[in-house]
Amino acid sequence: MTESFRIAGRGRLASRTARFSFDGTSYFGMAGDTLASALLANGVHLVGRSFKYHRPRGILSAGAEEPNALVSVERDAARRTPNVRATVQELYDGLTANSQNRWPSLAFDVGEVNDMASPLFSAGFYYKTFMWPKAAWKNLYEPFIRSAAGLGVAPHLPDPDHYASRYAHCEVLVLGGGAAGIAAALAAAETGVRVIICDEQAELGGAMRYEAGAAIDGEDGWAWSQASVAKLAAMDNVTVLSRTTAFGYYAQNFVGLAERVTEHLADPKGLPRERLWQVRAKRVILATGAIERHMVFADNDRPGVMLASAARTYLNHYGVAVGRNVGVYTANDSAYAAALDLKKAGVEIAAIVDLRDNPAGPLVDEARSLGIDIHHGRGVVGVGGKLRVTSMTIQPKAGGAARTIPVDALLVSSGWTPSVHLFSQSRGKVVFDDATKRFLPGNYAQDCVSVGGCNGSDSLAATLDQAWAAGAKAAREAGGKAGPAAAKPKADSGENFVGGMLGAGPGAHADSTVKAFVDFQNDVTAKDIRLAVREGMRSIEHVKRFTTNGMATDQGKTSNMHGLAIAAETLGKDIPEVGLTTFRAPYTPVTFGTIVNHGRGPLFDPTRRTATHGWAQKHGAVFEDVGQWKRAWYFPRTGEDMHAAVNRECRTVRETAGLFDASTLGKIEVVGPDAAKFMELLYTNPWEKLEPGRCRYGIMLREDGFIYDDGVVGRLAPDRFHVTTTTGGAARVMNHMEDYLQTEFPQLDVWLTSISEQWAVIAVQGPNSRKIVEPLVEGIDLSDEAMPHMSVREGTICGVPTRLFRMSFTGDRGFEVNVPADYGQAVWEALWAEGQKHGACAYGTEAMHVLRAEKGYIIVGQDTDGTVTPNDAGLDWAIGKKKTDFVGIRGLTRPDLVAQGRKQLVGLKTKDSKTVLEEGAQIVANPRQAIPMTMIGHVTSSYWSENCGHSIALALLAGGRERMGETLYVPMPDGPIEVEVCSPVFFDEKGGRLNG
Amino acid sequence: MAKAAKIATAERSPIFAGREFSGEGAKIAVLAPSHRLALRAPEKSLAALSKALGVKLPVAPKSSVTKVSRSALWLGPDEWLVIDDGGKDPLEDCARVRVLHSAVGVSHRNVGISISGPRAAETLNAGCPQDLSLSAFPVGACSRTILGKVEIVLLRTAEDAFRVECWRSFSDYVLTFLTDAATDAA
Repeated sequence: MTESFRIAGRGRLASRTARFSFDGTSYFGMAGDTLASALLANGVHLVGRSFKYHRPRGILSAGAEEPNALVSVERDAARRTPNVRATVQELYDGLTANSQNRWPSLAFDVGEVNDMASPLFSAGFYYKTFMWPKAAWKNLYEPFIRSAAGLGVAPHLPDPDHYASRYAHCEVLVLGGGAAGIAAALAAAETGVRVIICDEQAELGGAMRYEAGAAIDGEDGWAWSQASVAKLAAMDNVTVLSRTTAFGYYAQNFVGLAERVTEHLADPKGLPRERLWQVRAKRVILATGAIERHMVFADNDRPGVMLASAARTYLNHYGVAVGRNVGVYTANDSAYAAALDLKKAGVEIAAIVDLRDNPAGPLVDEARSLGIDIHHGRGVVGVGGKLRVTSMTIQPKAGGAARTIPVDALLVSSGWTPSVHLFSQSRGKVVFDDATKRFLPGNYAQDCVSVGGCNGSDSLAATLDQAWAAGAKAAREAGGKAGPAAAKPKADSGENFVGGMLGAGPGAHADSTVKAFVDFQNDVTAKDIRLAVREGMRSIEHVKRFTTNGMATDQGKTSNMHGLAIAAETLGKDIPEVGLTTFRAPYTPVTFGTIVNHGRGPLFDPTRRTATHGWAQKHGAVFEDVGQWKRAWYFPRTGEDMHAAVNRECRTVRETAGLFDASTLGKIEVVGPDAAKFMELLYTNPWEKLEPGRCRYGIMLREDGFIYDDGVVGRLAPDRFHVTTTTGGAARVMNHMEDYLQTEFPQLDVWLTSISEQWAVIAVQGPNSRKIVEPLVEGIDLSDEAMPHMSVREGTICGVPTRLFRMSFTGDRGFEVNVPADYGQAVWEALWAEGQKHGACAYGTEAMHVLRAEKGYIIVGQDTDGTVTPNDAGLDWAIGKKKTDFVGIRGLTRPDLVAQGRKQLVGLKTKDSKTVLEEGAQIVANPRQAIPMTMIGHVTSSYWSENCGHSIALALLAGGRERMGETLYVPMPDGPIEVEVCSPVFFDEKGGRLNG
Repeated sequence: MAKAAKIATAERSPIFAGREFSGEGAKIAVLAPSHRLALRAPEKSLAALSKALGVKLPVAPKSSVTKVSRSALWLGPDEWLVIDDGGKDPLEDCARVRVLHSAVGVSHRNVGISISGPRAAETLNAGCPQDLSLSAFPVGACSRTILGKVEIVLLRTAEDAFRVECWRSFSDYVLTFLTDAATDAA
């Protein structure tokens, strides 16, 4: 197809063609086009169907504010992006786009029945229509609404693209690259400070793209912009980011930018699709411009109805005429400029309809002199055509004879809304300027300043002055040295965009039933806003939520002010009294990929592995995730399932010995003359009298008296403790201790150092453990007399330093060999070789759990849940009875914590010894009681114990220690399981095996 | 116990030894093992400790002092990380010092990673929020900071070179992150 609406000699695109397709039809466009300009060049206005009513929609704007022209862009099955604004998507050779929300075709859409049935779908219809019968919501209405709602289809395949991230710092960050932003950046950059300027468009230049009347420093506005940007880009202290949207303004001048790196390329060449910039700036200059508003009248959403500035952009920048016989409907001067440009390019202007009674000024005069019909004091009250506007019907404001004029496009403008989104996000407060009927920046909350259109500056000359001064001031305040060396840019001529109107125009008045759209993307009409007020909504925040006005992804960039004005008029209040809704990030939609950036796949979360990971892998270990750690879970041999492997491992440890990697335990070295004093305060146990070389099982409480963590602590020297914590508790225990040290006990001379990863820890447990360890050790006497249970010695193993603990988490004789982590693998292999002589096995976390449960040793976080005291857990013995202070000592005396009937740790034996209870199952006294039953406890740990020959379980049971021998029940779907309450120690109750 | 002579000495297996990545703008390499000391001490002890260590412990935030192959990195008002690449253990040097301090050996806790090249700073800035311009983070500057989701200690060793110190089990993440980031920064 030929580009029949491209005008030779107009626009700034190079003449390189690009082929693309839309809804299966092939077209030609030009390099530098957006999808929207390329479609318009081919005379295509109909590009989509609306969200709710499935009305045919066209292209409203030429920028990021586009609410209508949302299409799906498809590179391949996995790269199918829905809701892409055709006005933002740049054309590349081979681009494939499809319209959305239509079936079977864009021109004939069955869903259009919604438009006919629109009385059913009035504002708030969810809340009313679908209320009855109640049960239908879940089964009928919600599924129906969910399938009918939404726009576009997300791809089902994982996103194959990659994304990047960059933190950056600068003295001056300029948001927006129009004339104002460029001037501010120039002024700031001249002082030598670091400047970042970003703009959402492919090329900076902003409104210079279409303002044919602008001239700066003797050049036309666009040429000056490009020359200035080239100058900026060449400076070492300046970063120019195009295709980059400032989407969020956070605390302390922290601004989020989304850079689209490859969306415009046919071949991304391995580059990231998008890049997230997180910029911290000393000063921010907001140069975000203004957005033109449409007119609110009957059927104002027909394809071909378009913002005047958009039509001008398509003409002046892309060389595209949006029609051949164009109507204009306005309430201010800026649309005249569009009409004049089009007229001069040879496009027929059917008429300018001006709501004002006596429009005057140079633009109006020029229009008249070019012979354009101006119908003042009139409004457009309707349009002809459905898939494309064919005519406009005009009528005097006061009523009277209507007249229909044929058009093939209708340009509209009701004035300009300053873009205060980012200013508002920075927590600045906007104020309503009654004279110009717009919200402008008022009080600033951060170190930023607004310049140009977003600050209500109406003339180019004023904008450049303001921006230059702001750039120089910001740079100076941020530490810039000299004032700008270069001369301030001077506007030779510019355009003025003042005035306009807000709210519904003629024919869309209070009693009318026409569809005069306020919010195109969410299909909200003037009538809907009035209905919301009639139904009792008073605040604009309520009106917004009831009607969904401004709640689409365009965030109401074109609709908010109209909606507010209609609500205010209906309420009989002034606009400031009704208020403005809050602007929130993101300014335009940001992909999840950009936010997540590098954090996918292996970088989603660190995977931590111990020094013996490779060995375990080679020996067939199955791993389990414990926090970020990969831990060997069990080591199945050929033909073994998990149960068989765990049973064998448990048996082997008690029969001879086993090796277990305990490296993930948290380890903290507590050093200083006050180390013991500090330990006394952080743990319930006494430490002052613990001799160097001995260990103790310690319990740490929170202030409220509940168990926080536990672990074995060895005293290496009078002023040095080697503390171990649970694996999961490693980081928070360190923080907890550091917190108390710094805030409660700063007078103590003691320091904490994390040594979790300094030491690899190999547990050798079982009756033959000493025989395995002894041959490799030098400098330590391992005899029971010299090194009894719960002691620690320093020496060497395999010729490298070790902290050797004699301790047990199995109830059998055991050692924990600490060696510097890089030696972990070699020492493990040496111990393994010794172990083989004695038939030892490697065992994993599952066997470790079973073995400790056989002995009734708790695991904090499994058998405790943050509401368990030492007494509840049967650990009263670990509280220093003579101690007068430790964290949690007062908590322990709270009435609730000493009351009778608290849940206490007990053992449970199932009457059928083969039945293994489910962890978390509830316990009741009488299984025949009515539901809900009175639950008196729950199972915390439960396993098959190969060593005991029956199942074992630990439980927290109300008044548990008083219930020994009682029969209780664990109700399950298949019926209650009978259990007997017993001691939590199932194996070797006397503890003789610790020295066995 | 006459067996002593027969015990084979355990071989050291530094994690990811030799792993490296050469990108267009940045080269990333795992450094050879170093001696490391986590040192905590009050101000009054600094003179004696500096003397024993042979390097003057810096007191300015974000600064380090390097003498021959030993560097002392300021991490906090009473905290230093001492790194020795010359084979001499600073823990032993502190063992003889009687003034109040805490010296804990952490040679195996950390892994050192070098990142060098014209885009080294940009590579780090993919996940490190610090201002790494030469004016804010000059040669010798150091900081305990973050890279993506993990904690690191960062030291600038030259205008275009940094040393990253992270805990052993986080080194896989750090290396993967830096490699990913270096590809983009180029």
